[in-house]
Amino acid sequence: MNTVSVRIPMPLRSYTRGADEIMVDAATVRQALELLGTQHEGILDRVLDPSGELRQFVNIFVGARNVQVLDGLATPLAKGDVISIIPAVAGGRHDRSRPMAC
Amino acid sequence: MTARDRWLAELQRAIPEITPHDALALQARGGALIDVREADEIAQGSPPGALRLGRGFLELRIGLAVPQTARPLIVFCASGIRSLFAAETLARLGYTQVHSMSGGFSRWKAEGLPVEVPFTLDHAARERYSRHLLMPEVGESGQAKLVQSRVLVVGAGGLGSPSSFYLAAAGIGTLGIVDHDVVERSNLQRQILHTEERVGTSKVASARKTIAALNPTVKINGHEAQLSSANVEEIFGGYDVVIDGTDNFPTRYLVNDACVKLGLPNVHGSVYRFEGQVTVFWPRYPKRAGPCYRCLYPAPPPADLAPSCAEAGVLGVLPGIVGLLQANEAIKLLLGLGDPLVGRLLYFDGLRSSFTELALDRSPACRYCAADAKFPGYVDYERFCAMAA
Repeated sequence: MNTVSVRIPMPLRSYTRGADEIMVDAATVRQALELLGTQHEGILDRVLDPSGELRQFVNIFVGARNVQVLDGLATPLAKGDVISIIPAVAGGRHDRSRPMAC
Repeated sequence: MTARDRWLAELQRAIPEITPHDALALQARGGALIDVREADEIAQGSPPGALRLGRGFLELRIGLAVPQTARPLIVFCASGIRSLFAAETLARLGYTQVHSMSGGFSRWKAEGLPVEVPFTLDHAARERYSRHLLMPEVGESGQAKLVQSRVLVVGAGGLGSPSSFYLAAAGIGTLGIVDHDVVERSNLQRQILHTEERVGTSKVASARKTIAALNPTVKINGHEAQLSSANVEEIFGGYDVVIDGTDNFPTRYLVNDACVKLGLPNVHGSVYRFEGQVTVFWPRYPKRAGPCYRCLYPAPPPADLAPSCAEAGVLGVLPGIVGLLQANEAIKLLLGLGDPLVGRLLYFDGLRSSFTELALDRSPACRYCAADAKFPGYVDYERFCAMAA
């Protein structure tokens, strides 16, 4: 197990009571995300789909590299790694006829 | 014999002189033709491919224009006198193969050698862009490029306001602005093109007024329309760079698809509260093929998982920061300067005041930009995003 930090993007900080970084002990990216989900209820649904795969509008980086070009969620972690969760963000369209605001 | 004549005679002995025909041949073999005449003389015509450095700034500009001191130089002026003095200076700077062209540009022209009339800036433009002209990375030729460039800004909102305002100030010749909205009072906390008195009026018309007041020489193409599959190519056609400052997913996918199809760089920015993302999606970047928006985000979030910025808010200065990073990328792309954010995502955290750089890779499976992909066509983007799960 290695202690790594998970950077929480602003759209997901409502799940972490505003914390921008969560430390977890994990050997893989999947394990880190699952631990994050255990500690902060609801956040995992925003990152993984019901089958446990990464959602198509979210990217996970270990350091500067996208896990898609590493070993996906099985990407191993080293002590001190920084995991960044990067969600798609569109903007601020305010359209009352459509609840999807971005 | 005057001192000047004695000096000239010395230079004529020291500096090899070559004819215009030999100069042309040497240029074809890799030599650099250096035009040291004044700007108003150059405006009348100059050999194609000549480096128009002028005499006044020659010592300051030559290093960037010709970094290799072993490269042969052919210096010329109007008649072959000033070029001797300039050639001596270049030899002192360490250039080992410096020639002066005898008879200068007058003889070049009289012998029927090729001449082009370079684009030049008038007096007012020289004054306006003087701080650019002083920079060797921009200079006269760079500013001329900017003045002849066409940039399309999609959205005259939080991102499009600062980017188009500064691009206009920088002298981008033609700015296209796409928006179909009207100004609302709640826009004014960040959308600096607009004003209190224009609340309720067209954003494109408001943008045009503000930009014209700053730089009336910029041509504004107002596209007061909702971007759609039907009009996107007609609107995008003829632009060199597209800046995505849109506020919704359907338009972001449409902008991406049109840029991929037309081979245009898509300078992307987005903001959320204190955070921003900037990158350049450009699969056809000649130096290094980058990903497109779909490589990074193959599908948009469904309504219930979309970060809802209209509800969450955004710090007013955040789109200013991100929009200006987009403008910076656009200028770099137009001038071929530095390293653009192709294949790199810059993530700005306004609370930490830190930038994180992340590597973006092309998806070999991308249906839109993979090497062997045939453009699959535009889709119904509202439906595509509404169906996201």
